[in-house]
Amino acid sequence: MEQKTKINAEEGKQELMITREFDLPLELLFKAYVDPDIVEQWMTTKVLKLESKKHGHYQFESTDAQGNKYRFTGVIHEFIPNRKITRTFEMENMSFGVQLELLDFEKLTDNTSKLNMHIIYESVTQRDQVLKIGMTQGINMAHNRLQDIVNKLK
Amino acid sequence: MKLRRDVFQAIADPTRRAILLLVASQSMTAGAIATNFDTARPTISKHLQILTECALLEQEQNGREIYYQINAKKMKEVADFIEPFRKIWEDRFNKLETIMKKYTSKK
Repeated sequence: MEQKTKINAEEGKQELMITREFDLPLELLFKAYVDPDIVEQWMTTKVLKLESKKHGHYQFESTDAQGNKYRFTGVIHEFIPNRKITRTFEMENMSFGVQLELLDFEKLTDNTSKLNMHIIYESVTQRDQVLKIGMTQGINMAHNRLQDIVNKLK
Repeated sequence: MKLRRDVFQAIADPTRRAILLLVASQSMTAGAIATNFDTARPTISKHLQILTECALLEQEQNGREIYYQINAKKMKEVADFIEPFRKIWEDRFNKLETIMKKYTSKK
């Protein structure tokens, strides 16, 4: 289970690559990106809209521990079932700008598949800013999870 | 002679990350930290030693007890590091995998 997700973010570039291999048939992996109920579960976000088609629009809404709501939105530029999703991604009312996401789905065997997620930001600064947010968010998320586990022990 | 500890190596370990997260909210004694883990107490002590050596944790004497707390300055140095971002995606994708595995078995 260790380190299945790899991130390649070269110094001074405005892009990064996330790759992950799954113990899932390609069709199931792709379904997890298309079915709103499933997206809600693994992204832990509310799906307000998800039009999985060329020129479709999507909008997610997350609520943090303090009850603040954050909306994420974007447009699907290209949609090829079981192969590719190209879309924009933006946090509404935030200064991070828009990013372009190229999701490439690949069949490895009948029961395994791979996702390549190529993200391009407006600038190097913006990419690095997003990575820093990851720091804070990651700590909070892991902390909440730890809290849940600890609470269950009580 | 003490080995020079690499900060990034220190936070690459899941238990040590969990310790940092635990102590992030409040300073704690080694004993209090250890109660949060199944791991043997000496193992936790070793982790605390490593985290202290690379200055991610600071010790503070309070009466007879030693409290561990986060060294915010050092943590900031690590903030640029990609690991937390990777972890977010790792968790999401693990979840996706678990959900979809159940999805197959449901059918």
